[in-house]
Amino acid sequence: MIPLSWYLILAAALFCVGLFGVLARRNAVAILMGIELMLNAVNLNLLAFWRYLHSDQVSGQVFVIIVFAVAAAEAAVGLALIISIYRRRQTVAAEEIDMLKW
Amino acid sequence: MTVEQVLFLITGAVTLIAAVMVVTSPRLVHAGLWLIMALAGMAVLFVLLENGFLAVVQVAIYIDAIAILIIITVMLTRAVMRETEPQMNRLWVLAGLGASMLFAGLMAIALQLGATAPASLAAVLEPEAGLELLGRSLVDVDAFILPFEVASVLLVAALIGAIVVAMVPRGGASAQDGR
Repeated sequence: MIPLSWYLILAAALFCVGLFGVLARRNAVAILMGIELMLNAVNLNLLAFWRYLHSDQVSGQVFVIIVFAVAAAEAAVGLALIISIYRRRQTVAAEEIDMLKW
Repeated sequence: MTVEQVLFLITGAVTLIAAVMVVTSPRLVHAGLWLIMALAGMAVLFVLLENGFLAVVQVAIYIDAIAILIIITVMLTRAVMRETEPQMNRLWVLAGLGASMLFAGLMAIALQLGATAPASLAAVLEPEAGLELLGRSLVDVDAFILPFEVASVLLVAALIGAIVVAMVPRGGASAQDGR
């Protein structure tokens, strides 16, 4: 049997890798990729807890499904924003998108 | 070590390496392909957690829709950032430090939790029965119908919003300078 802590450590590692990507990458699309990695790590955590603690209930799975839906919405809107910014400003580097920075 | 543990270690290592490649690869298309690898590894982990349905959903939504969307966006915008340019910003050392500190903290919590975890797995329902229960609870007034409906409204709003935001502005893109 796989210990629960293995799943938790793997999910924590994936989350931190994604966090590093979000904080360190310059390209806005790469930042979105990091966010997807973080959401996936959270899903792994939720499913591991569901399986090891309450696998007779559905709440853990419902959480994962809602995270899926939010991730899909976030990816669609985020990428549409990036394409729109690229069309107007000819850039996707996050530090050059500074119109709202005072 | 059992077969499951070996499978977990292999899949976890592949997923982790793919994730590291996603955030470090200088070529964004390659990063997108590594992202597909990491998401596929995650689907295998879902199967190891005895949840085949969500593994299929993972493949259908993440790999099929989100990863392809990301790669297409990379292709639409790839001319602006050359691979020779630095892909990390000035503060990437700080970002790495913060991420590894968070990892250390999370690992301490995970080890504590793992020590108090039940020694044996909780009983799992039959796959068909569990799936039917999940489907019914999503549309059950006493269970999860409200989040389910809110999620569907959110998806429709995101769909329409994405179309509106990405639409070519009237008069062509070149007419809009943005400044």
